[in-house]
Amino acid sequence: MAQRARTIKTAVFGGPIAAGTALGLILAALLAVMSRADWPVQFSASDWAVLRFTVWQAVLSALFSVVFAVPVARALARRRFFGRAALVTLLGAPFILPVIVAVLGILAVYGRAGWISDFLGLFGLPPLSIYGLEGVVLAHVFFNMPLATRLILQGWQAIPAEQFRLVGQLGLPPRTVLQALEWPMLKQTVPGAIALVFVICLTSFAVALTLGGGPRATTIELAIYQAFRFDFDLGRAAILSLVQLVVAGTAAVIALWVLPPLALQPGLDRPVRRWDARGRLSRAMDAIWIVVAALFLLLPISAVVIKGVIGLGEMPASVWLAAWRSLWVALLSTVLLVAAALPVAAWLGQRESGRAETITLLGLAASPLMIGTGWFILIYPVADPRLFALPVTAVVNAMMALPFAVRILVPGLRQIFADYGRLSAAMGLQGLALWRIVLLPRIRLRLGFAAGLAAALSVGDLGVVTLFADPEVATLPLQMYRLMGSYRTDAASGAALLLLTLALCLFWICDYWGRHAAR
Amino acid sequence: MLRVESLNVSQGDFALSADFAVQSGRHVAVIGPSGAGKSTLLGAISGYVPIKSGRIFVEEHDVTREPPHERGVAMLFQDGNLFPHLSLAQNVGLALRPSLRPTAPERARIHAALDRVGLAGFEDRMPGDVSGGQQSRAALARVLAQAKPLVLLDEPFAALGPALRAEMLALTSALVQENGATVITITHDPKDAEAAADEVIFVDAGMAHAPRPVSDIMTDPPMALRAYLGT
Repeated sequence: MAQRARTIKTAVFGGPIAAGTALGLILAALLAVMSRADWPVQFSASDWAVLRFTVWQAVLSALFSVVFAVPVARALARRRFFGRAALVTLLGAPFILPVIVAVLGILAVYGRAGWISDFLGLFGLPPLSIYGLEGVVLAHVFFNMPLATRLILQGWQAIPAEQFRLVGQLGLPPRTVLQALEWPMLKQTVPGAIALVFVICLTSFAVALTLGGGPRATTIELAIYQAFRFDFDLGRAAILSLVQLVVAGTAAVIALWVLPPLALQPGLDRPVRRWDARGRLSRAMDAIWIVVAALFLLLPISAVVIKGVIGLGEMPASVWLAAWRSLWVALLSTVLLVAAALPVAAWLGQRESGRAETITLLGLAASPLMIGTGWFILIYPVADPRLFALPVTAVVNAMMALPFAVRILVPGLRQIFADYGRLSAAMGLQGLALWRIVLLPRIRLRLGFAAGLAAALSVGDLGVVTLFADPEVATLPLQMYRLMGSYRTDAASGAALLLLTLALCLFWICDYWGRHAAR
Repeated sequence: MLRVESLNVSQGDFALSADFAVQSGRHVAVIGPSGAGKSTLLGAISGYVPIKSGRIFVEEHDVTREPPHERGVAMLFQDGNLFPHLSLAQNVGLALRPSLRPTAPERARIHAALDRVGLAGFEDRMPGDVSGGQQSRAALARVLAQAKPLVLLDEPFAALGPALRAEMLALTSALVQENGATVITITHDPKDAEAAADEVIFVDAGMAHAPRPVSDIMTDPPMALRAYLGT
């Protein structure tokens, strides 16, 4: 409505400016990349292999994540047990767990010298080897099964409790419940969950960097890095960046059509009372799924903590310096994110349509390494790009967190405008006074959560910094990667524990600030 | 005084037209069936509902293009009259200046407004910590502090019980008219209208009829009003 726009003029100007700046940074990178690409585009056999692997690993990751998530979500939806709330919280953990930390944990459990290989060795069996497709998909499932579970659990909890009460009264068997209630819900949520995981895995870099590689397990994102870092072949890096943009962009556009609302709201910790599925077999199956899911998530995290405590003493001083740098990058990135996300969310929140914020998910398709390559090309002729490693990392991290932050903030702001827009207008609250007196206090809960996610993502990010950094200036994830690469596993484990602690603390501080909002 | 000249509002299929004037210091009740456009009429006067054509004058100033806070209008809504994260004093203080740090004279005015509605000593309470009736009083204190010539009430006391609602309506008209302001109240209950109002605006089928004296309209209601009242 027209009169609403009048109450929040700042957002009407600030939103497009912030969104335009983010878009401008991406477009500038894109133009720079295009200027360096070798026209006409030559596509070699190895490029096709890279493209095939990228799509194939994303397909497998999406399918396995969701196939695993459906029975886990079903078990969580219909069982009440001690630790259920803790498990639901644990499903949120991969959002803030640094990728390289999780990879270290996964290697400690499933790797050649990992717990499972040790166990197999007792029986004279050969150790596991997870480098390549298996490892990439395993790590992607570790990160995305929890996301898919939350999305699908949300669907289950959206089925009205009254319908399950009716099921109990009629004594319907699980098969009928599945047909009548659960299958229609799954038909709505599962395609969206698959699409979201697929898009996320298409642009995954750190997992492919650490667990993939070689001619048979290189993603486009990793190939950009290799062209850039090993061959300094900007032309090829540019071509690959364009391929990445087209592939991920197309997938994201398709995903938008089937995407359910992102499951970031609270309320999933309250199970709906159920009267069906009381048979011994279905109870046992649900118990097994819950235990398997909990172990799948907890084992690698426990491994990081256990090995990390042992390795703490082995850490070189450079790790502490890197941690200090990472902290600054994360803080700068979080400040930038908040400055951009608030006006964009206020701008979109005034629009009636819920479609508006969905568009921001297109940002998921923007590849950090493409943006990094572009900005390297732009900076290179005028200055030493290595000097800009940390600021560029902070900016790119903020842009990567922007779609999530906007998704979290927009519903809250829309509610504030609906509830208090008229009152604010009546009091003549505009601009900064409106933000200070009404919007910030009331959005604080969601803002704290979004800022916490952004800080954790940034402190643990191993992406664009790998392009720019020189041996002297490393962030903590990069330093950890280098320690892993030089087989200093104990020191790397110590660094992993430090990084995990930093990410959790940053998230917790921001989230705590948000939770202690005025009512 | 309030003058509404050939006002037209249209929202999708819904349309409302009005053309009337209300003298200063009067208390006017707006009655009519649900969905007839009572809230839309008040929304258009206060600047929350965009209008298609026509002009609105408050105290002889053309306010048609003014934003809500510059129309000389104070309004109480059905809900959302207080910011729940601000204390009662801060809520009232916003009527004086968009700031949370009132000066000493402003603090005195806030205290006086809360005192007049019987909430002296409640300055630092949060809306969630007081009863529904006390929330209504705090919102009324804010309206008093706003000191606007025109006060619009869109059933702000609907959630209260009948006795408390009657008490709040009486208190509101007494205090607001002490300030010499004009009051326009939406009501569903003809008894409320008879008890408190001088005149009645009947809204029906997209038309807001000019105000008529309450005794007049109740003894000899037009056809449409008769159907609404069930007499």
